[in-house]
Amino acid sequence: MSKHVVAPVTEFLDGTHRLVHINGRTIAVFNIDGEFFGIANACPHQGGSLCDGHLGSLVTSDSPGQYRLERKGEILRCPWHGWEFDIRSGQSWCDPKRIRTRSYQVDVKEGFELVKGPYVADTFTVSVEDRYVVIEA
Amino acid sequence: MHATLTSGAIDCDLHPAVPTIKALMPYLEEHWQDAFIARGIDHFNPMSYPPNAPLTCRPDWREPGVFPGSDLTALQKNALDAFGTRYAICNTVYGGQIATSETMGAAMCQAVNDWIRAEWLDRDHRLRASIVVPPQDPAAAVEEIERCAVDQRFVQIMLPVGVEMMLGRKFYWPIYEAAQRHNLPVGLHAGLMYRFAPTSTGWPSHYLQDYASITQTFEDQLLSLVSQGVFSKFEDLTVVLIESGVTWLPGFLWRAVKTWRGVRPEVPWVKESPAETIRRHVRLTAQPIDAPADGAQLGRIMDQIGSDDMLLFATDFPHWQFDGREVLPPGLPDRLVEKIMIENPLRTYTRLEGTVQ
Ligand code: FES
Repeated sequence: MSKHVVAPVTEFLDGTHRLVHINGRTIAVFNIDGEFFGIANACPHQGGSLCDGHLGSLVTSDSPGQYRLERKGEILRCPWHGWEFDIRSGQSWCDPKRIRTRSYQVDVKEGFELVKGPYVADTFTVSVEDRYVVIEA
Repeated sequence: MHATLTSGAIDCDLHPAVPTIKALMPYLEEHWQDAFIARGIDHFNPMSYPPNAPLTCRPDWREPGVFPGSDLTALQKNALDAFGTRYAICNTVYGGQIATSETMGAAMCQAVNDWIRAEWLDRDHRLRASIVVPPQDPAAAVEEIERCAVDQRFVQIMLPVGVEMMLGRKFYWPIYEAAQRHNLPVGLHAGLMYRFAPTSTGWPSHYLQDYASITQTFEDQLLSLVSQGVFSKFEDLTVVLIESGVTWLPGFLWRAVKTWRGVRPEVPWVKESPAETIRRHVRLTAQPIDAPADGAQLGRIMDQIGSDDMLLFATDFPHWQFDGREVLPPGLPDRLVEKIMIENPLRTYTRLEGTVQ
């Protein structure tokens, strides 16, 4: 596991996502209301690109005919066959124990913390004054 | 099949038959006695089992001049004594469940229930029965359940699998509520009210199609029950598929699960894979199984079904599903055979243990 800088916080806008490629893996990083999440982008079913799916709510129910929306904006539906994944845990809704996409720790770090330690920032320079989205993968 | 293997078994599907409406006369209300005599119609057996069709009665169980299944002595000899049956559940398939008139349907169902109690259950302590109820009128069906359920020898509620609407609809929920309250599984028997074509693409030309295509109706109704939330609402309800065949089940489960995974939010009350729900709530009589010729393949199918709890022993007497004593096809894993004979039926029909000898 190593730390990778995804982007400066100011450039990673709320409601958007980015794909990062780390050691041959493609990881989708999302900004949802200022909170950052990272999951392996390939759907465990047949490899659909999860970041292209609809990010919506979990539809639940207390009894037949009743609908309730929970976890607004935290459930990702694979664009290929509609399986739902929890953006926090990577677990599928249909079979959470057996079907999941890997989830990654994503944090916001101060630039001065980063310049001390080992990190990877391929495409830009980290400056001490800024804050950055950092993924551990 | 060894003679001893089936001894003590619980036969979950056999068919005492009403020979003609005359047999029901003593059990019909006055008005209906009068009406049936005035109409001069004798025969209300549904055409799902035409009397001379090979399936309707095994050749060595046929007796000249006797309507197949209508003779108690023959049933005792060929079904109960021959297999050493401990209990046997009588499922009478008759016109009351099909009639277009709700009131006539209810009257005939009530008469059949009283007839089976007096002429069959009272005459052999091994016999139990399903309550036949009129699907035309769920309120009348519930009344009939209440009337009969006090007698613990009624161990199930029976409906034809093809009724006037899909069985998951709320129209039928009062029946499920009563069923759950009385510990009565709901048995869906092969057969239709014929309000619709028996296939989803139209009327078939031949009996072969009519009988073979019924598995489609079972699939449709099963998925209707699951997706309308019947098992979410009635958590203790058991549904028994009777004479549905068995080997279609794995493919159906795979398809149901696959589709559910993709469109789950439209039925959010279905909180687990339909296969799990079905394994917990649904049972099937093991006659016919529709087994492949190769026994090893049958073992694989049983593994694919993914539960040893689902099958129930049945002869389907007097229907011709097997010859001699080959009531279970070769290749059924040993671990399953005993469960099918005794344990699964006892767990499904909890009233059996409580019944007075
Ligand atoms: S590839 Fe994602 S659901 Fe099939």
